[in-house]
Amino acid sequence: MLDIRQLSISFSSYGFGLKKREIQAIRSLDLSINAGEVLAVVGQSGAGKSLLAHALLGVLPKNAHLSGVLTFKGKDLTPMEMSRLRGREIALVPQSMTCLNPLLHVGVQIARAAELSGVKPKASWNATLDALRRYRLDERVAQRFPFQLSGGMARRILTATATIGNADLILADEPTNGLDPLSANETLGHLRQLADTGKAVLLITHDIEAALLVSDRVTIFCGGVTVEDALARDFNGAGKLRHPYSRALWDALPGRGFIESLPIQSIGFQNGGCPFSVHCCNRKAQCDDILPEMKKQNNGRVRCWHA
Amino acid sequence: MLEARKIAFRYTRYQAWLFKELDFCLAPGEIVGLPGPSGMGKSTLAKMLAGYLLPQEGSLLMDGHPLKQREFCPVQLLFQHPELAVNPRWKIRDVLKEANPPSPDILKKLSIDEKWMERYPHELSGGELQRICLARALDSRARYLLCDEMTSMLDALTQAAIWKVVLDIARERNLGLLVISHDQALISKLCKRTIDYFQNCGNQDQGLSFK
Repeated sequence: MLDIRQLSISFSSYGFGLKKREIQAIRSLDLSINAGEVLAVVGQSGAGKSLLAHALLGVLPKNAHLSGVLTFKGKDLTPMEMSRLRGREIALVPQSMTCLNPLLHVGVQIARAAELSGVKPKASWNATLDALRRYRLDERVAQRFPFQLSGGMARRILTATATIGNADLILADEPTNGLDPLSANETLGHLRQLADTGKAVLLITHDIEAALLVSDRVTIFCGGVTVEDALARDFNGAGKLRHPYSRALWDALPGRGFIESLPIQSIGFQNGGCPFSVHCCNRKAQCDDILPEMKKQNNGRVRCWHA
Repeated sequence: MLEARKIAFRYTRYQAWLFKELDFCLAPGEIVGLPGPSGMGKSTLAKMLAGYLLPQEGSLLMDGHPLKQREFCPVQLLFQHPELAVNPRWKIRDVLKEANPPSPDILKKLSIDEKWMERYPHELSGGELQRICLARALDSRARYLLCDEMTSMLDALTQAAIWKVVLDIARERNLGLLVISHDQALISKLCKRTIDYFQNCGNQDQGLSFK
C-alpha cells in the first residue's frame, strides 16, 4: 500500500547572523507496508520516527527539504495528494496530547474527525460514543475538555480520532505510551483488528515487546537510517536479528539484559557511514565512511557491511 | 526518611478523592516501585512528595519535618516529558544553573557534551534533554529522586543507559528512588519493594468519578 525508498529530510535554519545551517534529520529511510499488515517501527529516540509520520501527511515545517520516492496505492505521493489524503485515507494518531484542541470538548473533536473521514454527520455522534466505549471510556468523557483528562485517557481519545473513520492507512505514533498494560493491549488489539479488515497500520513505538504481539514485521531505525527490516518472529532471542543495533536494542529491554555494559554516548548522526559503527564490535574502516545499501537476508533486509 | 502520613487529595471540591488515608515511606538508599493504571493519581502523589502540591489531609515529612518552601528541595521530581520541565527560552547552560551548576564528574557520567551548553532545549533530543534534567536534579543537596515515567519516551538502549548512571549515583550518594512506571519488567528489575496502593483501584479510570 505504502512504499518509501531513500527518503531523506533535512532542515535549514539560520544560525548567528546569516550563517545558514543544514541539519540532516533523516538520511535514508526505506520501508514498505501492505494492506492487512501491522508494521512496527522501532528504534532510537530522535531517529526520525515521528518525522516520518509527519512527512507522509505533508505537515512538515516550511524549512524542511524532502527527497526520495514515496508511493501510496501505486501513485506518487505528491504534496497535493498528501493534503487530499490526510485525515481521509491516511490518518494519524499523534504522539502529543497538545494535538487536541484545548477549547473543545473531546467528543466534538472525535465526531469532527469521523465526519472528515467519511462518516455521515448524523451517525457521527453515535460513532463517537461507540469509539469511547471501545476504549473503555465513559460516555461522560465526551463532555470533558482535554485538560480534564489524564495522560492515558488523552492517548485513547487520540487513537479514537484516527481509527473512527475509514482511513486505509493508520499512522499510530506511540499510541500506548503512558497507558497501563491492560489499556495498552486493548489499543494494540484494536489496531490489529483494523489491519485484519484490510487496512494498513504503521505502529511507531518504543515498547518492542508489546508491539511484537500484534505486528507482522518490524522496521528498525537508527540515526535517521533504516538499519533492518525484520519479521516479528525474528525477535526470539535465537540470534535471528541481522543488524548489531537491533541486537543491542533488543538486549537492552528491562525484561532481558537491561544495563550490562552499555555505551551512553549519543549515536553519531552526521557521519557518512553506519550510525551504529562507534559501538559495533566488528567495526571496519568502511563502516565509518560509507553507508551500505539494504540487502536481502532470511526474508528480511539489513543495511550492514557484515551481513 | 521521606514519609506521607494518611494523606488525602482531590483537585476540586466537586471531584471524588484521588486517594485517601495513603501512607508512604521511602528510606535513603531504597528503590521503590509505584505501578498502577493511568489516571489514578500516581503523578499527583509524586508532585505532592516533591512539594509542588499540598495534601488536603494528613502530613508530608522528611526526617520528621515538613518540606521547606523557597529553597532547593531535597526531593527532586523527574518528569516524563523533559521538554516541559525546562524553560524553552533558556540555553542549556542557564537551565543547569537553576540548581548548583553540576560538577564535571556528573556531566561526564551523563555524557553531556560541552557543545550543548549554548543550545536551546528544542535542539536536543528527548534522551539528551532528560540527561540535562537529571544533571540539574542531581544537585549535591538532593536526597530523593522521584522518577515519574522518566524513560518511557526513550528507546530501550537510551533507557538502560540512563538507568545505569542513576543507579550508580544513587548507590554512591545513598539516594532514595521512587520509580513510577507502567513497565512491570522495568519495575521488577529495579525495585525490591513496590507500593500497590494504586494497583488494585482497577477499572475506575472511566471518568465516572467526575460529577
